[in-house]
Amino acid sequence: MIKAQNVIKSFGDRTVLKDISVEFATGQTNLIIGRSGSGKTVLLKSLVGLHNIDSGAIYYDDVCFSELDFKARKAIRKDVGMIFQGGALLDASTVAQNVKLPLDLFTTQSEEEKMERVNFCLNRVNLDNAHHLYPSELSGGMIKRAAIARAIVMNPRYLFCDEPNSGLDPQTSIVIDNLIHDITKEYNITTIINTHDMNSVMEIGEKIVFIYEGNKWWEGSKDDILHADNRELEDFVFASAMAKRAKLAVK
Amino acid sequence: MFSLFESIGRYTLLMKKVFSRPEKMRIYRERIMYEVEALGLNSIGLTAIISVFIGAAITLQMSISLESPFIPQYLIGYATRETMTLEFSSTVVALILAGKVGSNIASEIGTMRITEQIDALEIMGVNSASYLILPKIVATVFFFPFLTIFSMLIGIAGGYVIAVVTGIMIPADYIEGLQYCFVMWEVIYSLIKIAVFAFIITSISAYCGYYAKGNSLEVGKASTRAVVLSSIVIMIFNLILTQLLLT
Ligand SMILES: Nc1ncnc2c1ncn2[C@@H]1O[C@H](COP(=O)(O)OP(=O)(O)OP(=O)(O)O)[C@@H](O)[C@H]1O
Ligand SMILES: [Mg+2]
Repeated sequence: MIKAQNVIKSFGDRTVLKDISVEFATGQTNLIIGRSGSGKTVLLKSLVGLHNIDSGAIYYDDVCFSELDFKARKAIRKDVGMIFQGGALLDASTVAQNVKLPLDLFTTQSEEEKMERVNFCLNRVNLDNAHHLYPSELSGGMIKRAAIARAIVMNPRYLFCDEPNSGLDPQTSIVIDNLIHDITKEYNITTIINTHDMNSVMEIGEKIVFIYEGNKWWEGSKDDILHADNRELEDFVFASAMAKRAKLAVK
Repeated sequence: MFSLFESIGRYTLLMKKVFSRPEKMRIYRERIMYEVEALGLNSIGLTAIISVFIGAAITLQMSISLESPFIPQYLIGYATRETMTLEFSSTVVALILAGKVGSNIASEIGTMRITEQIDALEIMGVNSASYLILPKIVATVFFFPFLTIFSMLIGIAGGYVIAVVTGIMIPADYIEGLQYCFVMWEVIYSLIKIAVFAFIITSISAYCGYYAKGNSLEVGKASTRAVVLSSIVIMIFNLILTQLLLT
């Protein structure tokens, strides 16, 4: 479980997160949705401690994460996996080296054990033949998948994904969504995903939090979202022409 | 003025992070070896070319301006040696390396910053400052003195070659000049200087890259800033070290 309590974050005199309180349960895919610039990335980065929040508190299960110092956070970080908007693979390392890095740094496993784990993770994301490729030699979808492999290599208890399928074709998007969903169920991870893709919402959204201009505007499940009585949410959900038409047809 | 103090403060904090206890020595050793190659071995060519030409040029200039029956010829060799050991092979080589290595470090780390690679390391629980910067500092502080020795030898050889080729002076006089009044301390002074300059180049450039934000334009600016800033600091420390070590 991950919990944010009255989180406020501003840059200079611009307040980006305005008093956000929200709880994300373990073993389910929690989605944060909202328009571009609404503050999703800032919220996610505040939750993992890449941004220091101005006030409020962040809990990882029973631990108050936002009060920990650098050293104590490091211990929790071993349980955290994160997929960045752009993948953020290390340019100077191959795919296999990227995935192996956390094992190199934080485990005492032998080289064979580590490679076995790397192979397993890359196989899990269907990247069997990319071990020796550098990030510059990968397609967008392959980068995302390699980033997922790196994020799960340490068996994280918390998984954060910033727009895991932005810029991908619909088919690949679904593959990646399902992959994250399956991993979440399989290992009982607390997963939080940023997205503005309604397909993902309807596909894998178990809990959905709608952020509007830095406020938590709405939360609920994907079954509620189509009937929610909330102007801004409705605008967001039915933004696409197809969705609008479908809604009219239903009426 | 305030921003100068703020920058110095942030630089100091970064260095504190860089020199905290490494995660795993073996990983660091591998990375140091990699950086020795990337930052040190790859600079040998540039150092060699510049040193040989400067050594030759100094010899040529000296022999023209010291052309007088009252001045012994071996002083030309002496002057070449002194210029190379005292100033060129440490300070000027450091300025040139600031351009090559400094911009390289700043743009590499800056790109890692804006593409969130540094964030990714932090999320894993890695001390990104130490992981990325410490191996570069160790590699350059350890390796640049070899570049300086190399530059001294090559520069002096360049002077010898020009003496032989142009016949402007008797090579034996040149050799005699090289041995005239040789003080070992001058070489050591130069090696101490280059080690300090190596630290300045690497740490300042890494600092400029580490705090880059925005886009590729900003990375370009960060790498320019790295070169300018480290060059200025090198000049200042050149005076300070000379005052401390030579007088
Ligand atoms: N480091 C920063 N410094 C200053 N302002 C920032 C910073 N990061 C984000 N912001 C501001 O915070 C606001 C929210 O940005 P954020 O990146 O969270 O949007 P987002 O919801 O993730 O959008 P997108 O869907 O496009 O990724 C933006 O208006 C942005 O200008
Ligand atoms: Mg974002």
